[in-house]
Amino acid sequence: MRHIISLLMENEAGALSRVAGLFSARGYNIESLTVAPTEDVTLSRMTIVTRGSNDVVEQITKQLNKLVDVVKVQDLTDGGHIERELMLVKVRAFGEYREEMKRMTDIFRGRVIDVTDKTYTIELTGDGQKLNAFLAALEPDAILETVRTGASGIGRGERVMKI
Amino acid sequence: MAETELSGAEILVRCLQAEGVKYVFGYPGGAVLNIYDEIHKQDAFKHILVRHEQAAVHAADAYSRATGRVGVALVTSGPGATNAVTGIATAYMDSIPMVVISGQVPTPAIGMDAFQEVDTVGITRPCVKHNFLVKDVHELAATIKKAFYIAATGRPGPVLVDIPKDVTQHLCAFDYPADIRMRSYNPTYKGHSGQIKRAVQMLLEAKRPMIYTGGGVILGNADRQVTELTRLLGYPVTSTLMGLGGYPAPDPLFLGMLGMHGTIEANMAMQHCDVLLAVGARFDDRVIGNPKHFAKEARRIIHIDVDPSSISKRVKVDVPIVGDVAQVLEEIARQIGTGTDRPDQSALKAWWAQIELWRSQDCLKYDRASEMIKPQFVIEKLYEVTGGDAYVTSDVGQHQMWAAQYYKFDKPRRWINSGGLGTMGFGLPAAMGVQLAFPDAMVACVTGEGSIQMNIQELSTCLQEKLPIKVILLNNRYLGMVRQWQEFFYEERYAESYIDALPDFVKLAEAYGHVGMTVEKPQDVEPALRDAFGKHKDRLVFLNFVTDPRENVYPMIPAGKGLSEMILL
Ligand SMILES: Cc1ncc(C[n+]2csc(CCOP(=O)(O)OP(=O)(O)O)c2C)c(N)n1
Repeated sequence: MRHIISLLMENEAGALSRVAGLFSARGYNIESLTVAPTEDVTLSRMTIVTRGSNDVVEQITKQLNKLVDVVKVQDLTDGGHIERELMLVKVRAFGEYREEMKRMTDIFRGRVIDVTDKTYTIELTGDGQKLNAFLAALEPDAILETVRTGASGIGRGERVMKI
Repeated sequence: MAETELSGAEILVRCLQAEGVKYVFGYPGGAVLNIYDEIHKQDAFKHILVRHEQAAVHAADAYSRATGRVGVALVTSGPGATNAVTGIATAYMDSIPMVVISGQVPTPAIGMDAFQEVDTVGITRPCVKHNFLVKDVHELAATIKKAFYIAATGRPGPVLVDIPKDVTQHLCAFDYPADIRMRSYNPTYKGHSGQIKRAVQMLLEAKRPMIYTGGGVILGNADRQVTELTRLLGYPVTSTLMGLGGYPAPDPLFLGMLGMHGTIEANMAMQHCDVLLAVGARFDDRVIGNPKHFAKEARRIIHIDVDPSSISKRVKVDVPIVGDVAQVLEEIARQIGTGTDRPDQSALKAWWAQIELWRSQDCLKYDRASEMIKPQFVIEKLYEVTGGDAYVTSDVGQHQMWAAQYYKFDKPRRWINSGGLGTMGFGLPAAMGVQLAFPDAMVACVTGEGSIQMNIQELSTCLQEKLPIKVILLNNRYLGMVRQWQEFFYEERYAESYIDALPDFVKLAEAYGHVGMTVEKPQDVEPALRDAFGKHKDRLVFLNFVTDPRENVYPMIPAGKGLSEMILL
């Protein structure tokens, strides 16, 4: 099953490699990993998307907790949560494509953020499925380049992860 | 008064003094010369100059295993650090509290492929509890404080501090923090009271109980609590290789070691019990073999460990208790003692009858009439001659298993071996650490002719420090454990397991300034040991016992098999 794990860790050199190293050393898979400092710059917030049985994911959260730099770990999948991912897509936008690309972007509530005679660069946020659906809706030949951030997650409602 | 500023090197030395360090095991080099210069100017702690950095780390590790205190090693950058890695990984696998200080190239040179530069923090990351690169002398004292704190608390482990050479030169005021708090690191010590209640109830309901103890009992200083609870209940108890001495081995409640080379009674009771109390143990592959086979028999499991990630890792448990093993056991014993429920005596009697039946197979028997020296016999005699009172370090192989099986440890921290990593070359440097910690104690290093040659150079350190270690070499001319696997599982194709061209160990010992003896007949074993621990009490004695080359370690559970699938003699 797919799990989305949030962690708060000390914003210190090497902290990221400890997390990445843990996943490779123990053979856990990482579907995506995002990290950036929080409003408190001494802390970083990381979202890891992984797959595994419940037992494996329980081990993953325990092992993450054991890292000395990690302050807090939460498996967001355990409760209501929201996840969002940002994608930038550069597409062909000439001739018949130009109108079509604009229309698809509107349908998916994306935005065109850069324009040339021949290309559009489209920004789209949503959960992973929405981003996949957008890509699937485009003519494969039209896609020049995509870049995705991986999911960031947060608990729903009043569920808060803070120290 | 203006605060005097100290160099980083001096600060480091002051920190080590403040931690009450007695010995630093190390080897100098360019990146640590400032540190060595400061060490030279003081005598609060002593530096032990080894002959290879691996040995420095093993010696510091064993010092810790024997005393319970944090061991300290010091190595230079580059090859000094890489030589230390095996020692660090050894300590990591057995959760030994240790601080390793490594020199690093000056900060401006980092990343420049400078002379003797390696990414020590990167290389050691997977085999330390934590590590640090100190880039600013102002952070040095607090980092050393954290290193000792992290190493010794929670599930212990080695911590490495990498210090660039310029940081050891830079000046700043010295202030050693009295204590340290880290928001990201708060080990749990107090067990969950609800779970403890459930454990008590489950233990008292057992018809076929079993207590299984591991290295956590030794590390957590819970030997007294294990012993008291076991005797209060009258339940059978076994131990892993790492837990030996946690419960007195000569006691009838003790079923011997379990696992790959465990006794029939321990392994069978483990497999067939209905309630299992696991204490500071981790159900690893050398202990329960195949977890699927283990799970075939229904049993309820209570697991106490200070490390939550050890619980339900290989085997699902029913009552997990995260906490300090000594505290939790004490609470369990208290609740049983003050309650009115008692174990079911008739069920217990039937269970013990079954266990005695297993025990009566006498699985540790061996041919006592042999004309060749049997390795088991040497260990039995070592036990007799030392009155069971020696510190025994070992290397890795058959000799290690025989030492574990035949030396009946009745105290914790007496059996010093590399269980998790299985590091050949551990034994002799380990004996140095132990002998320094306890100068008057009997220290024996049980080894093989393969293993001893992996750190034989330390005989020189032993002379320099006048360490009266007794090297008990069970010389079977084979990498015996490898040979045994080849005999059992590779149709006796002995690929590269025979060691030809062995040195003359007596001459070798003498060349290093020690006493050497070769013993070839069973009747000479005991007199030789008596001489070693008597007449030559104050010397290092290298005893070369020429043993039966074909002897195997029994019982044996082949890798990947279950606890009841033992190969017997
Ligand atoms: C550093 C290292 N290399 C290889 C091994 C694999 N190994 C395990 S036991 C063993 C043989 C040990 O031979 P010896 O020291 O003579 O002891 P014996 O088994 O004969 O008692 C070997 C090679 C190891 N454990 N450690």
